Amino acid sequence: MLKIAFTLLFIFSTSSFAADLSTYQDFGEKPGLTKVVDDLMVNLLANEKTRPFFEKADQVHIKEKLVEQFCVQIDGPCTYTGQTMKKAHKGHDIDTSEFYALVEALQESMNKNKIPQRAQNKLLAKLAPMHKDIINK
Amino acid sequence: MIKFSLLFIFLTLSNAFAIDTSGKLLLTGGVSQIEGAAGGGLTPWAFIGGYGTKDQIAANAFYTNVNITDYRLETFGALIGILDRAEISVAKQTFDTEDVGRLLGLGSGFKIRQNIFGLKVKIIGDGVLDQDSWLPQISFGAQYKKNLMGEVVKSLKATEDHGLDTYLTATKIILSQSILVNATLRRTKANQLGILGFGGDGNDKYKYEMEGSLAYLICRNLAVGFEFRSKPDNLKVAREQNWSDAFLAWAPTKNISITTAYTTLGNIALKDDQKGFYNSIQIGF
Ligand code: HEM
Repeated sequence: MLKIAFTLLFIFSTSSFAADLSTYQDFGEKPGLTKVVDDLMVNLLANEKTRPFFEKADQVHIKEKLVEQFCVQIDGPCTYTGQTMKKAHKGHDIDTSEFYALVEALQESMNKNKIPQRAQNKLLAKLAPMHKDIINK
Repeated sequence: MIKFSLLFIFLTLSNAFAIDTSGKLLLTGGVSQIEGAAGGGLTPWAFIGGYGTKDQIAANAFYTNVNITDYRLETFGALIGILDRAEISVAKQTFDTEDVGRLLGLGSGFKIRQNIFGLKVKIIGDGVLDQDSWLPQISFGAQYKKNLMGEVVKSLKATEDHGLDTYLTATKIILSQSILVNATLRRTKANQLGILGFGGDGNDKYKYEMEGSLAYLICRNLAVGFEFRSKPDNLKVAREQNWSDAFLAWAPTKNISITTAYTTLGNIALKDDQKGFYNSIQIGF
C-alpha cells in the first residue's frame, strides 16, 4: 500500500518538472487566459458575495490586469502593469470568505475552460499567498 | 445521555450561527477521522473542521463504519469549528466483537462502547493559503476517551477505562504539486483507540506515536491518499500493530463528503491480519 502511494506521488511530482512554458501553454496562452478571466468575471458578478465588489468597478480594466498578472504568475511572456495587490485592494474591506469565493469563481472558470488540474493548482499556489495583501477585514 | 444532549446543543448552536459558512475550499476542512477530529480517516489534521473562516462557526456530523475481517467499528459524531481557530468534537464508538466475542468469553456479538470528547486548537500557520512558505499549519489537540465497558477491558488486563490522548499535528497543502502532507505526534496509552481500555500488563506508560497522511488532490473535490498510524502495544493477551489505509475522499457538494478507504489494522484481540473497508459520510451545517 505504501509503495503504491509513493510511486503514485513520484509519478505525479516528477511530471511537473517539465519545460518552463508548460503551464502557460496548459492555459492556452494569451487567448486561453483571456477566456478564463472573462468567465471569472462572469462568475464574480453572479456570486452574491463578490458581486458588490465588482459590479461598479471598471471590469474591462480589471480583466486586462488580471490577464497580465496570471500570465506573469505562470511564467508566461508578459509584464504586469497594474497596481500592487495591497494598493488595489486597500479600503475594500475584503474578508477571508470573500477571498475564497473569488478563488472558487476562478476554479469554476478554469474547469469550464478545461485547464488541467495541475496547471490550475500552480496558478492558485501563486495567488494564495496574496491573501496577506488582499484580505483586510 | 449527556453526550447526546451536548451533541444536540452543538447542532442547535451551530444552526443558529451558521448563517454563512461557505468560507473554505472543498475538502480543506478535512473529513472526520475515526475519533471525531477533522483529518484523514485515521489521523487528525491541523485544519479546523467545517467550512467556517475566521469570522464563522461551522459544524458537521459524521457516521463511519469500519468493517474488518472479524469485527465492526461504528462511530457517530459531530464537531464544531470556531472562527477557524478551535474545534470541539464528540464521538460515540461501538465495537462489535461479532463471533470473537464468544472466544473472549463475552458472548457472540458483544459490543464495546466508548465516548470521545475532542478539542483542537490551531497554533500557527495556514496550510492552505500560505503557499509561499514551507511552514505548515500546526495545531494542538486532546481527546478524552471513556470506555463504557470498564469491567470487560480490565478483565483483559487493561489498567484504566479512560485516558487522555494529546497530539501535535502539522498539515500542509503543497498546491503547486497538488499534494497534502500531514504528520501527527500523539501521546497515548489507548489500546486499539481505547476500545480495549488504556494501559495494561505489558506497558502502562503514555507513549509517543507517529501518524501521517499523504494525499494527492486529483481535482478540487476529490483526493486520494495513504495514511499510517503507529500504535502502542500494552496488553499481553492482545497484541496491537500499526495501522494503515489507502483512501479516496470525495466532496460532491460543500455539505457532503464521502470517504472510502481500505484499512489494514493488523492484529486485534486474538485475531490476526484484520483488514477491510472504511466508509464514512460527513454532513456539514
Ligand atoms: C488572489 C486573489 C486576487 C487577485 C490576484 C486580484 C487581482 C487584482 C488585480 C490585478 C486588480 C487590478 C489592479 C489595478 O487596477 O491595477 C484588482 C482589482 C480589484 N480587486 Fe482584486 N484580486 C484578488 C482578490 C480580490 C478579492 C477577493 C476581491 C473582493 C472580493 C477583489 C476586489 C477587487 C476590486 C474591487 C478591484 C478594483 C479596485 C479599484 O479599481 O479600486 N480582489 N484585483
